Amino acid sequence: MKNQSRRDFLKITTISATALVGASATKLFASGNPTSSIDPMGVLVDTTVCIGCRKCEWACKKAHNIDTKPIEDYDNRSAFENYRRPDHTSLTVVNEFRNPTAESKPYDVKVQCMHCNEPACVSACIVGAMTKQENGSVIWDTDKCIGCRFCMVACPFQIPTFEYHKALQPDITKCDFCFERTKEALLPACVEICPVEAVTYGKRSELLKLAKKRINLYPERYKEHILGEHEVGGTSWMYLAGMDFDKLKFPKLSTKAAPGVSEAIQHGIFSYFVPPASLFALLGGIMWLNKNKSKSEPDTE
Amino acid sequence: MSILLPKPMKYKFFTPGVIVITIFALVGIAFVLGRFVFGIGAITNLDNQYPWGIWIGLDVALGVALAAGGFTTAALAHIFHKEEYETIVRPALLTALLGYTFAAASVSIDIGRWYYIWHALIYWNGNSALFEVGICVMMYLTVLYIEFLPIVTERFIGHVNLPGILSKLNNVIDKGLRILDRTLSKFMFVFIITGVVLSCLHQSSLGTLMIIAGDKMHPLWQTPILPLLYLVSAIGVGFPMVMFESVISSRAFRLKPETHILEKLSEMMPPLLGVFIIIRSVDILIREAYVYLAEFSSVSIMFSIELIVGFVLPLRLFMSKEVRKSPNMLFIASSLVIFGVFMNRFNTFITAYTPPYADYSYFPSIGEISVTLGFVALEVLLYRAFVMIFPVISVPTEEKSAKTKYAIRGILR
Ligand code: SF4
Ligand code: SF4
Ligand code: SF4
Repeated sequence: MKNQSRRDFLKITTISATALVGASATKLFASGNPTSSIDPMGVLVDTTVCIGCRKCEWACKKAHNIDTKPIEDYDNRSAFENYRRPDHTSLTVVNEFRNPTAESKPYDVKVQCMHCNEPACVSACIVGAMTKQENGSVIWDTDKCIGCRFCMVACPFQIPTFEYHKALQPDITKCDFCFERTKEALLPACVEICPVEAVTYGKRSELLKLAKKRINLYPERYKEHILGEHEVGGTSWMYLAGMDFDKLKFPKLSTKAAPGVSEAIQHGIFSYFVPPASLFALLGGIMWLNKNKSKSEPDTE
Repeated sequence: MSILLPKPMKYKFFTPGVIVITIFALVGIAFVLGRFVFGIGAITNLDNQYPWGIWIGLDVALGVALAAGGFTTAALAHIFHKEEYETIVRPALLTALLGYTFAAASVSIDIGRWYYIWHALIYWNGNSALFEVGICVMMYLTVLYIEFLPIVTERFIGHVNLPGILSKLNNVIDKGLRILDRTLSKFMFVFIITGVVLSCLHQSSLGTLMIIAGDKMHPLWQTPILPLLYLVSAIGVGFPMVMFESVISSRAFRLKPETHILEKLSEMMPPLLGVFIIIRSVDILIREAYVYLAEFSSVSIMFSIELIVGFVLPLRLFMSKEVRKSPNMLFIASSLVIFGVFMNRFNTFITAYTPPYADYSYFPSIGEISVTLGFVALEVLLYRAFVMIFPVISVPTEEKSAKTKYAIRGILR
């Protein structure tokens, strides 16, 4: 009987360990997100051109069925009194900053999702509700999202927002790069409406060339820094500016992609379930040895 | 000769203290209902700047760490086969069971779409640390309930006594329980090992969570070895939790504290705490994060309290022989470790987190605090109820039958 159960023990341990490796490994790592193409689409935002008319805010709301005041109300510049952030009432907002060299020409900065090349929100999302699409858009899937807000914890630009006021079906809201419009070969709503072409839509590589050309042609107009070229591994939306980006309230970020460290650890711990399975086998072995040891000792009772 | 055997406690359930705890629980439940009716925004101080607060930082991350006693004692008693620890396995198991249950409950009230929580089971994102935590916690919770089953069968085998017409079923149920019991004891070791493996995985992944927050985290807490620190501190706080509870329940049920076992457990504490302190310090040195300690700020104060009061001080206490022999001193030293891990989790999830566009600092609302306290109160009440219904706490027994077949579970015999 004793031998019988000992053999059972080994058998069950081995079977469980192998099952753990086999069953789970294949499935877990097969479920990737669609990766971005080598050269995604993007937008170049030239903050030295933007006039702060906020028509993009209006167009964005219209395109996403968000309640909005009539477009004429957007001429009111009192909106610039406070620094604003995008939320469920507006997926993009424009803020105005004083220009220390030319008082009459303030800098206006449009804010929305940057559509990172290696998005932290996509890496973080527990159910894969955030995905990076072929054309560079990072979009959110309401059918999957559980509202855990880990994407908000992860995003280095503090972009995804949540409908805290809703007890049922609160959404994560953020700019979706007008995914539904670009699918039908329409321009993003904000790009389409912009009267001064402060926002340019195109292939990311072309936009980079364009940005560099502008910096070269007008070195006194621009800082030699394209925000989004290298930040957090590069972003689809990029910015040009006439003063340092931290003065325009952009976070100071390294060039390392945000999900890098976290994913490396995750994959290190799991690498195809070998470490957990080895631990399982090791503990099984220890249990078995100790059991035998105490069996071979004379029973004290 | 009397031996220690687990027995249901026989006391009055309600005492003045228990009534106070019940009030806390009720207030907490009221706020939970409020969250379901009015939404998260109405009850909490969470917003787009601070998406996570104490419901994740304390209720989940700390709650799971404090429940680590369940797997560390199981490993000690069943894998390393140290039979003398048998008496603490069941209380620790019950603590873990309740701790994880309420951690899961906290997650369910914190996520915006609680009715979609099962999505984590079908939409997998292997890159997400949160997914890893979620899956492991769900699996481990199942394992914990299975590990608890033998205690239930033990309670009812030979005691099935349904009233009236149902009494015809007594025999059948009894037979069923015996079969269940036999099957369980044959396979229990699989669950015990699985439980330990799962614990190691998600205890460390809880640390991985905040790594993706990158620069939003203060460098004193943002480190790639967060998962290691979380695992080591969880293992370190497991035994102090067991000691802490053992002293409290010996008071509550007027038993003699199990001085002998407490002493043995406390002997393991200096190395466990020492390892944590060394890893933490070396990491701070290598990453040159100590520069932030030179300035006098709330961050450096929080860090110092965490490390000195919560880890170094109890290390010193546990190293002294007098402390290890006195249940009262052990209680103090254990409380300090629990406080240290509390601070560590609070600091990583709350103190260290500064979003780029923050215009104020997060502090939990009355509602959040009430729910956290309410859940702790519920755990205490359920613990008390469970030890009165089931044989969890060991008491000296004069039975001749030496070891019953239930004394050790799930191991070959
Ligand atoms: S900016 Fe934030 S929300 Fe947008 S893609 Fe990057 S990580 Fe995601
Ligand atoms: S809130 Fe939704 S989109 Fe964001 S991480 Fe959670 S499940 Fe994903
Ligand atoms: S790309 Fe579309 S969603 Fe994004 S800011 Fe422009 S209009 Fe709004």
